[in-house]
Amino acid sequence: MKATVHVSLKVGVLDPQGKAVGDALGRLGFDEVGAVRCGKTIELELKDGLSKADAERRVKEMCEKLLANTVVERYSIDIG
Amino acid sequence: MKSAVIVFPGSNCDRDAQTALRQVTGAEPAMVWHKEGALPNKLDLIVLPGGFSYGDYLRSGAMAAASPIGDAIRAHAARGGYVLAICNGFQVATELGLLPGALLRNASLNFTCRPQPLAIATNSSAFTAGYKEQREVSFPIAHHDGNYFADAATLDRLEGEGRVAFRYIGNPNGSARDIAGVLSENGRVLGLMPHPERAMAGQEGGNDGVKLFESLMAAA
Repeated sequence: MKATVHVSLKVGVLDPQGKAVGDALGRLGFDEVGAVRCGKTIELELKDGLSKADAERRVKEMCEKLLANTVVERYSIDIG
Repeated sequence: MKSAVIVFPGSNCDRDAQTALRQVTGAEPAMVWHKEGALPNKLDLIVLPGGFSYGDYLRSGAMAAASPIGDAIRAHAARGGYVLAICNGFQVATELGLLPGALLRNASLNFTCRPQPLAIATNSSAFTAGYKEQREVSFPIAHHDGNYFADAATLDRLEGEGRVAFRYIGNPNGSARDIAGVLSENGRVLGLMPHPERAMAGQEGGNDGVKLFESLMAAA
């Protein structure tokens, strides 16, 4: 079983990397681009035999304990 | 004063802290490798040093906060021990939950390395009492992720409780309300991005850091 965790800065937290990427896209002529936000993806291989509900519960715990800093970041989890 | 410096893989100011402590206390600090599960007994002060622990993997300070020594650091703080958390150490301290807020990428995106003037925001803390009437200091800064962030309610509380220790004069990194250093609720944990241990009357950096360590000596 695979879990994918997406972590990004919360709305309202300044994302200078996203802004720099947005500025660069503008310079390259991609005028349709507005705000850009950067985040990261973490892929986890989980042991087989775990129920989807258990996997979600455990991965949420991992996010709260290590994978995300919920003071400034939000996260979402995809299982499967 | 009995002190210890925690050494993480990628710490690079651990020896600066060791030298500063030796200079001021006259005693040798314990250098404690992060894989140790325990700290020396009857410790007055822990220094979480600057550097790039674990190569800043995941987030600055996040991996170090999850290392085996983490629980012992929390226990030391919980029983009222002093913690001086400098630069990467400040990032580790927020990740450990010893201090509120977080350190984000500098708003300029630049790694900023220069002498930094600071206003002493409180001179009634164990870390700053020795500065007495002095209003300003200059400590070196050298960081990429020093942009202090906390929600407005937390910032209001920190200011209301006199827990802002230092403010930048000329904000170098986008920190909320120019905050360069904050204190824990009991005033025993200080986290700051600038480096007092690099301002110890050596060949560079001036000597403004000496009084911070002397203040701690007097308090501990």
